[in-house]
Amino acid sequence: MDKNPSTLPLPEHGRAAVQSQLVAGESVLSWLELDLDTRLHFARTLLVLTDQRLLSKEASGAWHVWPLTGELSLQNFDHAGVGTLELLDSRTRLTHWRYTLEFDPAVRDFITGFTHQLAGTRPVAEPTVCPTCGETIPAGIKVCPDCAPEEDNERNGWALLRLARFARPYRGRLLLGFLLTLTATAATLVPPYLTMPLMDEVLIPYQNGHPIDFHKAWLYLSGLLAAGLVAWILGWARTYLLALVSENIGADLRTTTYNHLLRLSLEYFGGKRTGDLVARIGSETDRINVFLSLHLLDFATDVLMIVMTAAILFSINPWLALVTLLPLPFIAWLIHKVRDKLRHGFEKTDRIWAEITNVLTDTIPGVRVVKAFAQEEREVARFRDANQRNLAVNNRVNRIWSLFSPSVTLLTEIGLLIVWAFGIWQVSRNEITVGVLAAFLAYISRFYTRLDSMSRIVSVTQKAAAGAKRIFDILDHVSSVPDAAHPVHLEQVRGQIELRRVGFRYGNRAVTKDVSLTIQPGEMIGLVGHSGSGKSTLVNLMCRFYDVSAGAILLDGVDIRALSVDEYRSNIGLVLQEPFLFFGTIADNIAYGKPNASRAEIIAAARAAHAHEFILRLPHGYDSLVGERGQSLSGGERQRISIARALLINPRILILDEATSSVDTTTEREIQGALDNLIQGRTTIAIAHRLSTLRKADRLVVMDRGEIVEVGDHDSLMAQEGHYYRLYQAQLRNVDTEDFLDRRTHG
Amino acid sequence: MADFTLARDSYGKLTLTDATGVEHRGISPVRAFPIADPEHGIALMSAEGHELVWIERLGDLPDEMRILLEDEIAGREFMPSITALRDVSSFSTPTVWQVETDRGPASFTLKSEDSIRRLGQDALLIADSHSIHYLIRDTRALDRHSRKLLDRFL
Ligand SMILES: Nc1ncnc2c1ncn2[C@@H]1O[C@H](COP(=O)(O)OP(=O)(O)OP(=O)(O)O)[C@@H](O)[C@H]1O
Ligand SMILES: [Mg+2]
Repeated sequence: MDKNPSTLPLPEHGRAAVQSQLVAGESVLSWLELDLDTRLHFARTLLVLTDQRLLSKEASGAWHVWPLTGELSLQNFDHAGVGTLELLDSRTRLTHWRYTLEFDPAVRDFITGFTHQLAGTRPVAEPTVCPTCGETIPAGIKVCPDCAPEEDNERNGWALLRLARFARPYRGRLLLGFLLTLTATAATLVPPYLTMPLMDEVLIPYQNGHPIDFHKAWLYLSGLLAAGLVAWILGWARTYLLALVSENIGADLRTTTYNHLLRLSLEYFGGKRTGDLVARIGSETDRINVFLSLHLLDFATDVLMIVMTAAILFSINPWLALVTLLPLPFIAWLIHKVRDKLRHGFEKTDRIWAEITNVLTDTIPGVRVVKAFAQEEREVARFRDANQRNLAVNNRVNRIWSLFSPSVTLLTEIGLLIVWAFGIWQVSRNEITVGVLAAFLAYISRFYTRLDSMSRIVSVTQKAAAGAKRIFDILDHVSSVPDAAHPVHLEQVRGQIELRRVGFRYGNRAVTKDVSLTIQPGEMIGLVGHSGSGKSTLVNLMCRFYDVSAGAILLDGVDIRALSVDEYRSNIGLVLQEPFLFFGTIADNIAYGKPNASRAEIIAAARAAHAHEFILRLPHGYDSLVGERGQSLSGGERQRISIARALLINPRILILDEATSSVDTTTEREIQGALDNLIQGRTTIAIAHRLSTLRKADRLVVMDRGEIVEVGDHDSLMAQEGHYYRLYQAQLRNVDTEDFLDRRTHG
Repeated sequence: MADFTLARDSYGKLTLTDATGVEHRGISPVRAFPIADPEHGIALMSAEGHELVWIERLGDLPDEMRILLEDEIAGREFMPSITALRDVSSFSTPTVWQVETDRGPASFTLKSEDSIRRLGQDALLIADSHSIHYLIRDTRALDRHSRKLLDRFL
């Protein structure tokens, strides 16, 4: 079977229909099946390209045919997740088709094939790089042969069982713990066994007029004491050992999850709420932890105990044992009934818990806005609502649960009753002695308490399972900027960046289209354009925060997807539009990208960023703590710290996204002077709204609505009187066009 | 009364002639509140993305223009409304949903539960793996089976 269906001459289900339409000698070149009709209803439309005609079969079954002539052309565009494919001649649109974005790559391939057929050329297929493993994919194949998607069965397995992967390193200790549990449990089962001879050989004979055999009594009693002591020591050892192991497993789980989370792309974080992630990594790992260290241990002990007890009971008297086990199937049935309900309930509580955390992580960082607009009441109401929902869901869970537990207790009580009755009956028929009955009762009272506590674990298990599922949600997520499996290593980075027909969309929103640009090593590029024209997006792509949706970005001629992400980024110094400072000292913040930097290096970087003086004016100098989100510093100060941070790692490539937007003109000039020196010899991409800051740029690249519209130096762009000219003129008048319009409409 | 005229050219694009007689080709009507209030507030945007005309209520326009605009909006907006859930491939994401919509039966992949967004009390907006948004106007109006399936994801 061919791996790639679109290279097949025709889809299975349309083959006969298409063949009936073909004329003699006509051969099918390619086909395309789209999923919407022109009214945007889900329906299959088939397009077929032959060497002579373009055919289309509507959902109604009607065929349309266009003979291929030179003036036909196909073009596509999309909006809000729906694409349009148009067939045009030189004067009009002949027809159009609609599709969801899922079909976008196929549509583009089809258009390429169509264009080449009209022009009489052959498509040149460019090899691409697999986004997952970094291997070059041979031209014409869409799925990387090295990592064709595997059916992932494990994912659907029971989430808790998947935790076993984290237990593997502790195998030895777990085995020891299990053996300890086994012996400890066995030791606790000795005392009831000794009640049998105590009864039958000491007490009953006494009642029947024989004197008490003190020797025997002492023997059995010391046996009881010994068993108790052994059980105590073994129990202590195994509890400690296993609790230690499970804490370790829990800690591993938490670190692994966090590690995985931080390696996910910005796209993932863009779609997640902070509170949700905090809840997952914080409280849910903890819940699993508690489950492993307390409940699972108890459960294991209980199961062992029950099995052993059952074995002993059967060895003493099979009939009585059978009666004792009577409630078991009922309890199993109850557990089965209640388990799924509980888990859904707990999944719901988890989600709502995340929502409560979300409210907190929303409002606490935004507390200034909340206060400024006096919306405390409203935020409290939001919190109360979430809390109320939590109550409601918990209430549902509790309703089920509150019925479950007493039901189990009732069943065991009835069980006890039956054993009494059956036992008395058997004693009366002299089938068993009173001692046996007493031992039985001693055993089963334990047995049933165990059963009771074991059934309780259903709740915690389901809780942990719900938590584990949400943890594995994170762990199963594959980064959308995956590290190459066999990364190419660049010995010496020169710093040449090439954008090759780069297209990108955030979700269904196309932001950049067909951007091509080559930046030479050491060149400084000024990126200008209106707000929202896609400048930061381009920077995000160059930093590989996101992967391109079409085209490629190459560093020194190598696709950046083939490089290791860490190695690639270590070559980039980035100053962001919104500088972020971590909680810690100023020195720590400057040295963030190079934690082992010497103090001298830190100071040099701070001096270069013109941050040195203001830092010295702070009460603790470089040791001053900057608060969460760096609130104790002004916007411009924060920005200078982040410039110092970028400079310290001495990168080959420097990216400045509005690096000087929130400083006054004097400071800006100072920083500019420092930057001018640092730019020397580095590939630099600088974004600035104040066009004057880009006077040193070798080339200016003007962006407009996601496309590069002009490239050149200041003078030539001014001479063109195009986009740049207008931007520049608007700034001379000292008003941004949008501001200007605003002012005009608001009086 | 409208001080502009609309026409569709041979490329299927809308052309607007404003009060001063200037022609704008390839304009697009955009609803300001496509979900909350689809009937009010419609802007006609130029191909460059600037607002040309603001229409308070579609119903105020002459029929001919209204139909043109409604047609165009219908061709731009794609938010199938889910009327029933037939089946889901699994209760843990990613999962494939088979649904009935007002635009016919469809199936899509739900990447994670976070793709389901609440809109007010009973409405839901569900984004599939290709960022197509499906709307459930009123969860209470769904049949029992659908509600049961849906409940597992909320
Ligand atoms: N994470 C995102 N998800 C969806 N759309 C986004 C995202 N980030 C940016 N956009 C959109 O992409 C477009 C380009 O944004 P970008 O941040 O690149 O603009 P910019 O040129 O840097 O603007 P500015 O000068 O204001 O910083 C904008 O329309 C923006 O709304
Ligand atoms: Mg920006």
